[in-house]
Amino acid sequence: MFAAQHLHKRFGHQVVLEDVSMTFEQGRLSGIMGPNGAGKTTCFNLLTGRYRPDRGRVLFEGRDITGLPPRAIARLGISRSFQVMNLFDDYSALDNVLIATPEMREKGYSFFGRFDGTTDVLQRVGLAGKEHVRAKDLSYGDRRALEIGVALAARPRLLFLDEPTAGLGTDATARIARLIAELKRAITIVLIEHDMKFLFGLADHIYVMHWGQVIAQGSPAELRANPWVQRSNLGNVVD
Amino acid sequence: MLVLFAVFGTLPAWIGAIGLYPYLGVEVMVWIIFGLGFNLLLGYAGLPSFGHGAYFGVGAYAFGLAQFHLYPNLWICLAAATLAGGIAGALVALFISHRRGIYYALLTIAFGQIFWFVAVKWHSVTRGEDGLLNIKRLSVELGFASFSLASLQALYWFAFAVFVVTVIFLWRLVNSPFGRVLAAIKQNETRARFVGYNVWLYKWLAFTLSALIAGLAGGLFALAQQSAYPNVMSLQQSGFVVMMTLVGGGLVSFWGPVLGAVLFFVARDLLGAYTEAWLLWYGLLFMALVLFKPEGLAGMFSQIGRRNVRRTAPA
Repeated sequence: MFAAQHLHKRFGHQVVLEDVSMTFEQGRLSGIMGPNGAGKTTCFNLLTGRYRPDRGRVLFEGRDITGLPPRAIARLGISRSFQVMNLFDDYSALDNVLIATPEMREKGYSFFGRFDGTTDVLQRVGLAGKEHVRAKDLSYGDRRALEIGVALAARPRLLFLDEPTAGLGTDATARIARLIAELKRAITIVLIEHDMKFLFGLADHIYVMHWGQVIAQGSPAELRANPWVQRSNLGNVVD
Repeated sequence: MLVLFAVFGTLPAWIGAIGLYPYLGVEVMVWIIFGLGFNLLLGYAGLPSFGHGAYFGVGAYAFGLAQFHLYPNLWICLAAATLAGGIAGALVALFISHRRGIYYALLTIAFGQIFWFVAVKWHSVTRGEDGLLNIKRLSVELGFASFSLASLQALYWFAFAVFVVTVIFLWRLVNSPFGRVLAAIKQNETRARFVGYNVWLYKWLAFTLSALIAGLAGGLFALAQQSAYPNVMSLQQSGFVVMMTLVGGGLVSFWGPVLGAVLFFVARDLLGAYTEAWLLWYGLLFMALVLFKPEGLAGMFSQIGRRNVRRTAPA
């Protein structure tokens, strides 16, 4: 469904991604893991149009989308959430998801239209009853859920989630895990995570990144058996 | 909105009684139009323009030039003013819409200064520092009837009519889906891009619309002053509209620029009667507000309102 082929990216003299290739199959949950600075988020930024790769191609459903701007990629049905929260802080939770719906996107230039609509996204991410709370007044855990909600509101076919549990405690992490397990049944998901337990419990296929390269990949079971993963710190967490 | 219209709709009847004069009402309305258009950019889209006097001035000159060289009809002259402001804004917006924050502000100043410089130096068209004089107050042609604007009374009512239409237009605009998307871009440009909005185009449109309204205000100004001169394009005049908007509370309320403009002109006339340095006092007030109450007057009022609600609400 989605493929990255031989991506290279450097910032100045710093090579951040080197020959990264990944494929994400329809209906599956793929994970990307690796230590801080491994290039996971840069990889996302290349795949969703924030940066342009220096070399390599990005394909979505057979179409070359390399270097398209984020808005064009979003309109193809690819959505993403952010590791550092990126909400419309002064808008209510409801307005945050409404503004992200394809309907609003279509009538964005309208002078006579109304800013409204209905959506079940807030119920799905567990924010029912908090529709009218401003995003900045929500608790940290709720903001994390809303971050996913905004990405979901676009009704994507492919959803990129960048460390959705960053900064969350055990209970809140469990809540996000349940949510993702639920979403997984309907949408193709790619998930960045460095909480290994979390990722191994959810993912069908995992890419391990280190120093800007993919150093291992496979199902959770295969990765548990991988000597490199076992040797590294990553392996310790898996047991 | 009804309060605003009621105040200005009855203003000629009572303004004499408090020691002021109806022409002040015209001036205030012109600057409210300018300020509301400016606030579309600053308050709603979050884009600071410190050279907005340029589009006001372009509108004023266009009004005069259309009258002298094109066709002396009030509607044509006002349309020329509005369009000229809009076109100037559209061109400038092409060069700045990929920027934001301080870079955006600096570019607007630079472009504003270019317009000001042209107005001063292009003597054959703009008459240099003297400006265009003897601009006539043309009659309002309605096809079936025609009203002279020679009397101050008539001028006032014409300005009031344009004022009402513009305020309603802008109110609708900021509450339309377009206005809501602008406000979303202000809050988070990156996210707006990633949910599929063409942020550049929205910012371009916001600037162009805002310059269009500035042009209209400038045209009305030329009509009222019967002249157009480069001073209105100066950095200082551009600063006035920023001050009015911020003092009034444009960042938190649609009506901010209204309060700001009223306060500015009342301060000018009342304080100005006592001291030449009235602008110093207004400037100090501006600084005090920015330091202690950045939400401006509108922010203060809404806070007092909330406090009262809390006090009267059952515990």
